[in-house]
Amino acid sequence: MNYIALKMLIGDRGKYLGIVMGLTFASLIMTQQPAIFLGLMSRSYSFVSDVGLPDIWVMDPKVQFVDDVKPMQDTELYRVRGVAGVAWAVPLYKGLIKARLYDGTFQTCNLIGLDDATLIGGPPAILSGKLEDLRRSDGVIVDIEGAKTKLAKAPESAGGNPIPLTIGDTLELNDRRAVVVGIAKNTRTFQSQPVIYTTYNRALLYAPRERKLLSFVIVKAKPGQNIDELALRINRTTGLAAYTQEQFKALTYNYFLKNTGIPINFGISVTLGFIVGAAIAGQTFYNFTLENLRQFGVLKAMGTSNGVLLRMILLQAVLVGSIGYGMGVGLTALFGYAMRNTILAFKFPWQLLVFSGMGVSMICVFAALLSIRKVIMLEPAVVFKG
Amino acid sequence: MIDKSLAVFCQQIVKTYDTGSQKITALQGIDLEVHLGELMMLVGPSGCGKTTLISVMAGILDQDSGICSVFGEDLLKLKNHEKLKFRARNIGFVFQSYNLLPTLSAAENVSIPLIINGMKRQQAARKAAEVLALVGLADRTESLPSELSGGQQQRVAIARAMIHSPRLIVCDEPTSALDHETGQHVLELLKSVALDSSRALVIVTHDARIFEFADRIAQMDDGKVIRVQQSRVEH
Repeated sequence: MNYIALKMLIGDRGKYLGIVMGLTFASLIMTQQPAIFLGLMSRSYSFVSDVGLPDIWVMDPKVQFVDDVKPMQDTELYRVRGVAGVAWAVPLYKGLIKARLYDGTFQTCNLIGLDDATLIGGPPAILSGKLEDLRRSDGVIVDIEGAKTKLAKAPESAGGNPIPLTIGDTLELNDRRAVVVGIAKNTRTFQSQPVIYTTYNRALLYAPRERKLLSFVIVKAKPGQNIDELALRINRTTGLAAYTQEQFKALTYNYFLKNTGIPINFGISVTLGFIVGAAIAGQTFYNFTLENLRQFGVLKAMGTSNGVLLRMILLQAVLVGSIGYGMGVGLTALFGYAMRNTILAFKFPWQLLVFSGMGVSMICVFAALLSIRKVIMLEPAVVFKG
Repeated sequence: MIDKSLAVFCQQIVKTYDTGSQKITALQGIDLEVHLGELMMLVGPSGCGKTTLISVMAGILDQDSGICSVFGEDLLKLKNHEKLKFRARNIGFVFQSYNLLPTLSAAENVSIPLIINGMKRQQAARKAAEVLALVGLADRTESLPSELSGGQQQRVAIARAMIHSPRLIVCDEPTSALDHETGQHVLELLKSVALDSSRALVIVTHDARIFEFADRIAQMDDGKVIRVQQSRVEH
């Protein structure tokens, strides 16, 4: 009877494709929109991910997320270094600065100051130049996206393409000269501003004058040291906030979740997608069963039990559900692949596959239940009605 | 005591439909016997209860009261799963509008009763091809119903009704959608391949042109059998 169920389903190409397309759409929107959402949210803590080496980030207790820098006194660095279990602790500057471009316009940039001695906290990949070149006079490293777009030089002719910054080009940061000594690749940030790396002490020169300038202390634990315990110890000893990488990411992520409209907007989009997809697929599948009700009646009259009919409908639902889910997820993956080098945020973890799989399953079960009820209630004598 | 030599024994069958606003009594104490080896036709005006009666005989509708026994089995006393099994083994159906599954080939349609009775699909398909040859459709086994004429579809339906050798075949207006000649062929076919001394055929019809094929004709009106008579044409 399974074969008959499949032929009933696939034999009617138009309706079959309609159901599959409905489920594909539902599955696509249930994976693609959350993938963009997750991609966008992961950008909020991309800086923390890029600075991968330290175990613990130490900061002012009032900091709410990674860009919410509340500077500390430089002496805090030495207090942190004095905590038992700390292998090393280095300063990190993070702040916004205005760069004056070739054409006289200004561009707000993220300025990152790395420990002069160790250069810990640098970009994850250097595309040209070397990290050590930061020690050269006025040296800065610029991220590739910034170099190609927002910091690029004006085109030579009107309507031409901007000319990317290259090694040797100069910028003006807070009325001070900065020479590009390298181009780096980093993960795009939430605000997508250009990122400029330099040494900690030079960053303090570029930065606007403030009484306190130390943004973060980044800490490596001694081998064998429990990182959570060390974070707690730093907090108790210094009174500063100390987070592991994951905690700091979660702090940032949660801030954006709670204080921006992003989750609500995407949530509405995903919910609407789910409802529309469920309505299309459910309605089409239900209609498909309704239109086949007479055929189910014939089978029932001939002696097919309700159990077998249920199995047939479930098989049909599982088949269209699986194909629709596979196509939707496949299209999302293709979308992500096609957009990998663009500004679009996209993150597709396995949890999302489970989420959309459950969503599509719910739609199929719902549609199947509606149909099954109709078939169970069906009086086989309907077959004699004209 | 139910006579087991009868194919169908109906005694005082009453069936009422409750439509919400009113109750319609479709069968008002039907008494009827169909003998083994007999082709019985039920005739009468529309709404007189013919289709309700064959639905009760076929075990797809329960009467409110009275006895309907098919080959000695009181259908009302059977449990649901027993009735399903009974239908699957003993009843064949031929419908006015054929009721073939449109996405299945002729052979696949014909093999359905065998599959319901537990036969493997390939084996059922072989048997279906044989039965289709018997009804003159050996070359149309792979055709979809939409590719067949009305007469050919009805022959497929007959093949489906008889493939599992049921002892009772109930037919609802089997010729009403066919022209006279095709209708005659269909009835000849039904009588020749689906009827023998251990089986019976019950046909509901309005089509006076096929009355000649009946052994007996039961005239119904207003939910009652008003007359049962031998067919005027002797074969």
